[in-house]
Amino acid sequence: MSLAPQCSLNSVSNGDKDGVVIDCDVRELYYGKFKAVRDTRIAIERGKITAFIGPSGCGKSTVLRCLNRMNDLVRGFRFEGQVCFQGTDIYHNSIDPVAVRRYIGMVFQQPNPFAMSIFRNVAFGLKLNGYKGDKAERVENALRRAALWDEVKDKLHDSGLSLSGGQQQRLCIARAIATQPQVLLMDEPCSALDPIATRRIEDLMLELKQNFTIVIVTHNLQQAQRVADKTGFLYVDTTQGGRTGYLVEYGETRQIFEDPVEKYTQDYISGRFS
Amino acid sequence: MNETVFSAPVSPVGEPVRIDISQLEKSLRRPRSAFSFVLSVLVGLMTITALVPLFSVIFMLLVRGGKKLSMSALTELPPSAFELGGGFGNAIAGTVIMVGIAALISVPVGIIAAVFLAEVAPESRLAKVVRMCAKLMTDFPSILAGVFAYGAVVLITGGFSAAAGGIALSILMLPTVMLTAEEAIRMVPSKIREAALGMGATQVQTVWMVLLPTAFPGILTGIMLAVARAAGETAPLLFTALFSNYWLASDGKIDLMQPTASLAVLIYNFSAMPFENQVELAWAAALVLVLMVLTVNLTGQALSRNRTE
Repeated sequence: MSLAPQCSLNSVSNGDKDGVVIDCDVRELYYGKFKAVRDTRIAIERGKITAFIGPSGCGKSTVLRCLNRMNDLVRGFRFEGQVCFQGTDIYHNSIDPVAVRRYIGMVFQQPNPFAMSIFRNVAFGLKLNGYKGDKAERVENALRRAALWDEVKDKLHDSGLSLSGGQQQRLCIARAIATQPQVLLMDEPCSALDPIATRRIEDLMLELKQNFTIVIVTHNLQQAQRVADKTGFLYVDTTQGGRTGYLVEYGETRQIFEDPVEKYTQDYISGRFS
Repeated sequence: MNETVFSAPVSPVGEPVRIDISQLEKSLRRPRSAFSFVLSVLVGLMTITALVPLFSVIFMLLVRGGKKLSMSALTELPPSAFELGGGFGNAIAGTVIMVGIAALISVPVGIIAAVFLAEVAPESRLAKVVRMCAKLMTDFPSILAGVFAYGAVVLITGGFSAAAGGIALSILMLPTVMLTAEEAIRMVPSKIREAALGMGATQVQTVWMVLLPTAFPGILTGIMLAVARAAGETAPLLFTALFSNYWLASDGKIDLMQPTASLAVLIYNFSAMPFENQVELAWAAALVLVLMVLTVNLTGQALSRNRTE
């Protein structure tokens, strides 16, 4: 990575540069002719939980998926801007998107364990990277940190699909953290879960924050308030005919919820938008 | 027509519906119920009628083929004209070997092609052409596969052979294997694909470590269907493997370049002979062929069920 393209973004607007893991500047983002997101600049800080909130279709998931180049898989995707991961522009031509995804893990909306045993699910990333060490130890460690070990330690060779929805989602988290990624992206990780399972995942996020930087997309404002250190509010701009999402406001969660600067944020937080 | 429609009393707006309990009881006297009953009976009868040919064939096979079925029939060579006894051991071996050759060719090629169609370039012009050709080829008259292999293999290698038979059968198996494998790979939920790619798997790793294992039961079903079809084909083998009264070996080694017996061709040849012994052997061979296909199918189902659990 010595020839890595240096990032040309200047230091972040509101804080120390060293604490920033990902500096994301989405100037324009298209799916085919559809302009999905514009002008969204978010600096993800190390060891914190950053939440993206906003109405459906405002592009929160799209922005999240920019951070590990999952959008590359969508046909017609076009991106203008920069995403700087530890000072390297991951959208530079010389960067392999597959390698990026090994440093920036992802947890999806629907729990999506593979149709293989619990052990092999967690060991999947280790296998991808040709890990030679003690897999059992790493798997146990990941499952413990995902707060799933006690529930599955006696049935590691059962199918991952035999678990309940909440357990499956924690399995997916274990799978994502087994390879020690720097950042964990979570795309509405609780929207398919019941309140109890949701609470467990939230506790888990607060726990994981000590070792990982977490970015979460959520529809649930209370969830953002409970777990996030920083919150970005995205909204849809329909003035130019399309439905283009953009960042309205980004700041400390407390400030966004209690003392928002922008009127749109205030309206959304107080439920004045449906 | 109005009588068959159930007429629930529609109460005025704002008033609760009054339910007449007698209206809810089942009764064949109501035209609607009677009509439903008659249709159910009719559908049942039709189903049984459709199964009659199937069961009568199986019954005939068991009765007429079972009589001659013995260890010697399974292991000995075919008898000559007035000889008694004998069997079709070489035909069983020939069928297994030729279907095996066909599977060795069509399964890897078919699965790789399916990966291309489903994953690599599903919308490309090449994929569309290949898919259309494969669909045409599933209804390919099997004799044409024989004629093709005759021209492409038999004439060039200078003789009828097991290899030529296997190639002819592989042409028939390929489209089935390919199309069912493509379907099976497509059926893997996109969230599973995303999970693998999100972990930083390359496309090759995603296909190899996640998509193919997940699609395995479906792929296996396609292979079984293709094997079952190939095992029963007669026409393509007449042009390519012909028939042989001897084992497929020379100097104690298996020789794939000789004319080769197969169950299907043996049944075709022997059933038309004027000799009682041969006709009975043909029945027994037919029974064995059906049992072999059945075994292959059941094994495949058991394997794919273990895999999905």
